[in-house]
Amino acid sequence: MRPSPRWLVALPLLLAFALGGCADDGGSGGGVQSVKLSTIRGRDKLVCGVDGKLPGFSFLGPDGTYSGLDADTCRAVAAAVLGDPAKVEYRDLNSSERFAALASGEVDMLARNTTLTLSRDSAGGNGISFGPTTFYDGQGVMVPVASGVQSLKDLDGKPICVESGTTTELNLADRMREQSIDYTPLKFQTGDQTYAAYLGGRCVAVTSDRSQLAAKRSSFPKPDEHTLLPVVMSKEPLTPASINGDPAWADALRWTVYALFQAEELGITQANVAAKVAEAEANTNQADLRRFLGVEGDFGKQLGLPADFVPKTIAAVGNYGEMFERNVGTGSPLKLERAENRLWTEGGLIYSPPFR
Amino acid sequence: MSRSLERIPWWRDRRVLPWIVQGVVGLTLLLVIALLLGNLVRNLTAAGLLLSWRWLGQPASFDVAESLVPFDASMPYWRALLVGLVNSLRAILVGLVGATLLGTAMGMASFSGNGLLRRLARGYVEVIRNIPLLLQLLFWYFVVFLALPNGTAAFQLPGIVLSKSGLYLAWFSQGFSWQGPELVNEVWRAPLRLSVEFSALLTGLITYTGAFVAEVVRGGIASVPKGQWEAATSLGLHWSASMRSVVLPQALRVIVPGLNSQYISLAKNSSLAVAVGYVDLYSVSETTLNQTGRALEVFLLLLGSYLIIDLLISAVMNGVNQLVQIRER
Repeated sequence: MRPSPRWLVALPLLLAFALGGCADDGGSGGGVQSVKLSTIRGRDKLVCGVDGKLPGFSFLGPDGTYSGLDADTCRAVAAAVLGDPAKVEYRDLNSSERFAALASGEVDMLARNTTLTLSRDSAGGNGISFGPTTFYDGQGVMVPVASGVQSLKDLDGKPICVESGTTTELNLADRMREQSIDYTPLKFQTGDQTYAAYLGGRCVAVTSDRSQLAAKRSSFPKPDEHTLLPVVMSKEPLTPASINGDPAWADALRWTVYALFQAEELGITQANVAAKVAEAEANTNQADLRRFLGVEGDFGKQLGLPADFVPKTIAAVGNYGEMFERNVGTGSPLKLERAENRLWTEGGLIYSPPFR
Repeated sequence: MSRSLERIPWWRDRRVLPWIVQGVVGLTLLLVIALLLGNLVRNLTAAGLLLSWRWLGQPASFDVAESLVPFDASMPYWRALLVGLVNSLRAILVGLVGATLLGTAMGMASFSGNGLLRRLARGYVEVIRNIPLLLQLLFWYFVVFLALPNGTAAFQLPGIVLSKSGLYLAWFSQGFSWQGPELVNEVWRAPLRLSVEFSALLTGLITYTGAFVAEVVRGGIASVPKGQWEAATSLGLHWSASMRSVVLPQALRVIVPGLNSQYISLAKNSSLAVAVGYVDLYSVSETTLNQTGRALEVFLLLLGSYLIIDLLISAVMNGVNQLVQIRER
């Protein structure tokens, strides 16, 4: 329920740029220079932009804590940078607010089921720096079972609900134009309003990322009365992001997420990470493991992070596989298959470059 | 004698000093503005956000639900923004007329001899005025309009259909053939259609602003001396006739300036349309902003548009104000 604070987005943005100092003008020299990293350390808190209303990704529970894959990504980064996963301040952002919040420095990073696209990444577009994709998704369409809609063709002439300011909105227009299907897009500013209009029967269908549809359906009063059409309308790689212009901070974010992937590949879990560190310390011949866990070498220092950022991260949230299972996997209310989100060794797309 | 002719030094000269002070303040102000602007341009350039308007010509590649101007996804962004502007203006204009009629009626009713009518008018003002507009819009849309039946169950009268997707009216189509609403593939179609989104926005804006207008009208009528009522009554004029011919013309002088600010806030409040899914200027701008990333440009356009709309309303109302003032003869 926000009346119209977005009016104000432009003003601080302008002010920030007009008053913004020149602190980073001469940022050069030895070691890792990152304004963002020192800001985060200075305030001893990571400000992380999340959705906040999407079960499985970032959801504010009744006990006042956030849970989900995106929330865990924030925790992992806080553990890597500050050594404590609890030092996160979450900021709920809707689709339209997220990039302005990132650009104005209101949040340090986004872990807000955001699709990586060219125009968002490029300096001439939104100018955002994306990390590694944490969830490979695709756009789907949900309809009430009773409507009898089987394919996109059946939606001819009908209203479809969509959240404004998303890639979903554009993909919908593209797919419908391709198949010359006439439809009415009903756009709402927040997910809550979009799904309320759908449940209110204003639209015959609602479209979004398939994971989001599954997540929202799990919170419907009668989830069984709604079904996902067997169409995938687009590629939606959901990716954490930071702002362009601070490469050291972007690298820290990137390699923290890669560490989660690498840990799963090496079989390091939240439960055994302490034992693995002890093992690495004892065996000088396990060079790979020693470097990864920061027992030898200076990977942490190169990134501007503590030497033991990897074991801290794994101890905080577990490896990627554990995060997935806990939040969106078959053991969670969402019951999503790993599918594309398996490790590359198992035929999936989750792949970490070497820690070397 | 020679003392009084002595030139006063400039630092004590009251003809010079104000100029110097003004000059120093003015110069400092200019310097600060120049510094801020220079900083703005430099930082914007560094962030790659320096103002550019080329994106306006790129294809928008999104669809809009309703439009008075022909539009499809292959048309450029400026066309999409125009669609939004026209939709906004449509809501504002109809809203202004509706709020004025409702507000005037309610303002007059609070002077009625009928106690029930008087209390109804007071109750309406007190309830509506004290609830945030956004809540009212969400109420009208999600609770009232989305509760309407759909498809074959919709309310039907000859030539009129009211359903969950909108109000459908019969009208001439393709020349002079009279065409009524018809159900095609479970979707109503008609030559004239008001979407529920538009209807909800309009209902919300009219009832909300109407309450404020009612107060302005009530204040205006109350400002007319009681003697005018009594004089009109003594001439044998009925309540409605004395209101129409004696009291209202005098009350208008007080009412019109007050209406101006209500009209302006209605125009600005119309940007809450996005909450109920109506595609107004703000809604289109938001999509545009997200697709292009040109936050500053889009917001400058938005701010400029609303500023111009409000200044136009002010100009028209100032004209009206001149008309209703007492003209000395």
